[in-house]
Formats: sequence, C-alpha cells, structure tokens
Amino acid sequence: MDNFKKEILEGSDAVARVVKNCGVDVVAAYPITPQTHIVEELEKLKAQGDAKYEYLRAESEFAAASIVLGASASGVRTYSATCSQGLLLMTEVLFTIAGLRLPVVITCANRAVSAPINIWNDQQDSLTIRDSGWLMFYAETLQEAVDLHVLAYKLAENLRLPVMVNMDGYILTHSYEPVAIPSEALIKKFLPKYNPIDNQMLTVKNPRSFGCFATPETYMEIRQDLHNDILTAEEEIKKLGAEFKKIFGRSIGQSALIEEYLTKDAETILVAMGSVCGTIKAVIDNLRKSGKKVGLVKIISYRPLPEKELVTALDKAKYVAVVDKSISLGREGILAGNVRKASESKVKAKIQSFVVGLGGRDVSEKMIEKIITLVKEKNNKVTFVGK
Amino acid sequence: MKEALRKNDLSVKPGTTAIYKTGAWRTYKPVVDHEICIGCDMCNKVCPEGICFSAGQKNSKGRIFYDHDLDYCKGCGLCAKECPVKAITMVRDYNKE
Repeated sequence: MDNFKKEILEGSDAVARVVKNCGVDVVAAYPITPQTHIVEELEKLKAQGDAKYEYLRAESEFAAASIVLGASASGVRTYSATCSQGLLLMTEVLFTIAGLRLPVVITCANRAVSAPINIWNDQQDSLTIRDSGWLMFYAETLQEAVDLHVLAYKLAENLRLPVMVNMDGYILTHSYEPVAIPSEALIKKFLPKYNPIDNQMLTVKNPRSFGCFATPETYMEIRQDLHNDILTAEEEIKKLGAEFKKIFGRSIGQSALIEEYLTKDAETILVAMGSVCGTIKAVIDNLRKSGKKVGLVKIISYRPLPEKELVTALDKAKYVAVVDKSISLGREGILAGNVRKASESKVKAKIQSFVVGLGGRDVSEKMIEKIITLVKEKNNKVTFVGK
Repeated sequence: MKEALRKNDLSVKPGTTAIYKTGAWRTYKPVVDHEICIGCDMCNKVCPEGICFSAGQKNSKGRIFYDHDLDYCKGCGLCAKECPVKAITMVRDYNKE
C-alpha cells in the first residue's frame, strides 16, 4: 500500500517527484520564482541518476515551450513549468501547442504579473492565457496538485489537448504538507505508455509537416473543433476522475471538475479556485457553528468550466460571491465573468465579483467573512477586499 | 489524393501546398479573347503566380492561344497590362458563389 504512505514534502518537491513517476521523456524549463524549486528538483533527480528523462535548461520560457512542443511532436511525453512573466513569454507557443493538438503538460506556479514587479501569488498569469486552448486545473492542496498531474497526462494524451496544472505560488509551491506520491508502478496502471496516432508524429520514416498553412477554407472549422473538444473534455475528466479513484483510492474533488463544500442548504455560496478554498472552508466551518448557512463551490477544472455542475450547485443559493485572485481590468474578476455566463438565466442569485489576494496579499478569514456580509448588498461593482 | 488539414490530421505531407486553391482572394479575373491572342508568352513571363499557360489549342487564325489557371490567379492584372495586343480584359469577379 505504497500509495497511502505519506511524506512531509515541499509542494515543488512533490510535483517534481510525481512528474518523474509519470515517466516523462523530455523536461525543458527556465527557472522563475516561485516555480524554481520544481525544476531544480527535476534537474537534481536527473543529475543524481534517479531519472531517465532528458533535461534541457532553455535560454528563455519561449525556448522551453518550443522545446517541449518539438519533443511532443516527435511522440514522447513532455513537461515544463513556469509562471507569471515566463508564462506570458510562452504565450505564442502555448497557442501553437494547443493548435497542434500536442499533449504537453505544464505546471504554472501562479504569480502576479508586472508592473510593478511582484513575485508573490495571484492567478493573473494563467487566467490571462485562458483563451489559448489549454485545459486548466487549479489545485487547493499539495495532494490535489500531485494527483492532478497524473490525471493531466492521461487526459492530455486521450484527448490530444495540452493541460496546465495550476498551483498557487509560495502558498503551495513552498509549503510543506503530508502528501502521498503515487509510485511509478501504480501510475503505470492508470497511465499507459504514450502512443501518438499515425501521421501525428515527426519521424524520418514518414515525413510530415506540422502546423502549416490553413486557408480561410479550413482554419475556422479547425478552431471550432478545438472549441468543441474542450467542451467535451468535461465528460472525459469525469470518467478519468472515477478511474483515478479506483486505482489510487482517493478522489480529486467530487468529479475532478468541482468540489462542493456544504452547499446543499447554503444561503450564501462562495465560488473560488486554488489554495484560498482552504481558508474559505475554515471560515465556513466557524460560521456553521453559529448556524449561518454558507457553502463553497471549488472550481478544479477551469477549462472546461463545468457548467452543469456549477448551475446545480448554485441553484438554491440566495447570494453568490465569486472570489477571484485575478481581474479582467476594466471589467471584473475573471472567474466571476465565467460563472455569470455559465449560470445566466439558470441561477436565481446575483453573481457578484470580489477580488482578493493580488500580488501576494494574504487572504485572511476576516476578509472572507467580510465578503459573506458584503454579498448581501447586491452591489453591481467589483469589490476589492484587501483588508 | 486530396489532402487537407482537419481535426484528426493536422499534419500534411511536404510539398502539398498546391492543394490549397488561392483564387478566392481576387476581386478581378482576367478573361482572354482567344481570337485576339497571338500566343507571344508575354503574360506567362510577367505573371507572379505562374498561372498563364498555352492552352495547346489553335484559334480560327491558326494561332495557339493562352489562358489562365483561375484556381490560383490573384487578379493582379499584370497580364492584361502587358499584353501587346490587348487580348486580356480584367472583369469583376465578385459573388463567386
């Protein structure tokens, strides 16, 4: 029962170990805070002779993404990690990876975006590239981050779509928690060897060109196919989530799409992603003691956004507050806009946007309590809660 | 066999660009009056797309005349401009549907 043996590990360390156990063939990265420990550990594992993958330290994130693109196109399992400015520097390549339908997996150690320069956590980086065609997961805990990487590879390879696993910088990457790292042998039961389909591989035996010219005759349908496949990924995630539970003995949320926390009778429901959900759950537990009916919907899969599950969870709530660690400047929190669209004319409650924790501002229990009070005012404005 | 990009096959064999017909980009198309054409090959010499060619047939005056491959013609009008006998007219090519 290796799988249940927990160790106290740093988040970055845990992710590096599980990536190694997933049997990746090529790792290319450029170090950036707070992702550095992940790639440092992967490099160390390689230097010690504990890992078989090729490790390439690129000269930039643009190069790192390009290397994993090429490696993936040659038919092997690939990995990279980055965040913030690095992720934005990758942007062009991220669109290309998705457009080429390559099953690349990367970790984003979520960090704020310049200027002013800030190395601390928020989720502006990954949410800025949400339209690039990547599937996107957000982890609340280290265990979830570890498990999502295993799920990500199978999902990516089954659907031929790239997957980004997001974990909050510092809060998850630099903290220590008890975490079970699934063994290579166990992962093999869930995640078979990667076999690219015919003609979708760079090989001298059958030369093919990738990503070339698509005229107005074909481009639009190709983009529409990509959109549709991201939507249908929802079913695949559910299926793989169930399979994951069978093999590893624990589930990721309720369906690897969302996790509902005390929502059944809740009058006020908060919607959030990532590590802030831990703080929110603690506040809910306290408020429940004094009879206040508050609940949480944790979004694990942001792309695809589980619309049905979300609507079902929010159905009976009177007040809905979406807690974002990002902002679409001039509009509202990015998740808030998505939740509003998903629940449009299907949910009675007004969807309200609250922005917290930008640039590493600590999100305290007091702030969450404040949101739960403020949501009753049914304000149309985005509310920044910094104190 | 015609090969085109699609969802399950986003790669193509090298050297297959010609499967993409690019004629839809033009606004005007050249029309050759076969009776006036003297088969001098000037249109072929100036065509940036290389789509003016000898039709291999003779007109009533016994001259081999030229024509265009409209699948790739962009309608630039160079052939009409340079034709020494003004055998080529550019005509509007809207509403190609």
